Amino acid sequence: METTLALNDRTIFIGPQHPFVIIGERINPTRRKKLAESMANGDFSLAQDEACAQVKAGAHVLDVNAGVPGGDEPALLRGATLAVLEVTKAPLCFDSADPDALAAALSVYPGKALINSTTAEGKMMDVIFPLARQHGAAVIGVLTNDKGVPATALERLRTAEHLLKRAGDFGIRVEDILIDPLALVVSADDQAGRITLESIALIHTELGANMCLGASNVSFGLPDRKIVNAAFLALAISRGLTSAITDPTAAEIQTTLQACDLLMGNDSYSMRWIKAFRARQKAAAAA
Amino acid sequence: MDPKLATIYEAVLEGDMPGAKAGIQAALDAGVAPITILNDGMIAAMAEVGKRFEEGDYYVPEMLISARAMQAGLAILKPHLQSGGDQPAGTVMIGTVKGDLHDIGKNLVALMLEGAGFEVRDLGVDVSADKIVEAIRTGGPDILALSALLTTTMPYMKITIEAIQQAGLRDKVKIMVGGAPVTAEYASQIGADGYSPDASRAVRLAHTLMNA
Repeated sequence: METTLALNDRTIFIGPQHPFVIIGERINPTRRKKLAESMANGDFSLAQDEACAQVKAGAHVLDVNAGVPGGDEPALLRGATLAVLEVTKAPLCFDSADPDALAAALSVYPGKALINSTTAEGKMMDVIFPLARQHGAAVIGVLTNDKGVPATALERLRTAEHLLKRAGDFGIRVEDILIDPLALVVSADDQAGRITLESIALIHTELGANMCLGASNVSFGLPDRKIVNAAFLALAISRGLTSAITDPTAAEIQTTLQACDLLMGNDSYSMRWIKAFRARQKAAAAA
Repeated sequence: MDPKLATIYEAVLEGDMPGAKAGIQAALDAGVAPITILNDGMIAAMAEVGKRFEEGDYYVPEMLISARAMQAGLAILKPHLQSGGDQPAGTVMIGTVKGDLHDIGKNLVALMLEGAGFEVRDLGVDVSADKIVEAIRTGGPDILALSALLTTTMPYMKITIEAIQQAGLRDKVKIMVGGAPVTAEYASQIGADGYSPDASRAVRLAHTLMNA
């Protein structure tokens, strides 16, 4: 299974036979006062800085969220998209629940974008899938349904099957869906991590679908979050996770993901691992 | 502090449920007034838990086990309190707005409000404006607390408040809001009465709104 995303002539491949794909999460005004204020005023220079810093740190795709309190989301998401396109070649992922905002961004994007996201709720899929089809975009399919969050791995597998089937009804192929197996917060439920890992294994073996996890939530409310996030990603990758929305500027996460690529057989002659080590050495010497 | 109350205080602070239950039973057997056990032992401990959380010294699971100790203790204490005729600090209805399934922040606020002596009715997650209007109409709470964790669901707070306005119930209830993307500015923009950045400060805000 191979999912592609593209911007102009740059194509990104997602799949078990490719290096793990990092979708940078930092262009998001939630809990970030300066970024929110500048975006609300139509100033996307901080968003551009975040785009460059994340690509430099190793992001392959950039998530763009322009949900500023009280803002005109379609105009802001389109504005942020155009601004980010000026400074980077990384394909984009549009993060909104507002179909108008998604359409506004998709219509100015030259390539195959990723929509973040639809759930497995009927009403939502009926809106998002036609939009994806119209713009030739791939879609993140979050495994919540009309009844909320499926509690067990088996229920999440069934929800994923339903979501893929419905996508098919709209002419969207399995490879154009990234299933989000739901990382819930482990500080509120100490079994949440295990259930997500079991879901990933089950979806990988039964459906072979590519997956994308929002991987920073899992450690909410705990100390030393980056270590928890990095370990969680490594465990998830061994079970079949192929991409994640996370913070590439966190060194612990970046290094862990490079080691995972190496150990999963996606780093020919260990060259990327060695190069990354030399880069860290050089940076440490310069500091 | 009375050593019996200090034992209860420590147990709740440490999230030691058996310790809290045993401490409360021992205090009751020794004739300590139930209202004193509640206020000086349990509510005081939960206030300290909230303070430590607010300052970043306590983490979410520590807050949860303290709340669990508090609730187990309350179950023992409640039958004794009713005869004492205590009044709740106020009644609060709480929920996460439509389209949003996040419940941790909302649950923490509910637990801390209960810990502070409020009577709390939890409407759950993904709660529509209609359902909230109906709940206010039939339940008549002093305060409505709304949570949203996503930039994409936050606008539903505004829709909910507008629906309450249209139903002619806006002056019947104080409204407080919170959640990661929410700000004090946004709260005032949509006509809420207050905003809190965390569960501990939500308790202070609720007290302030009760006295407003």
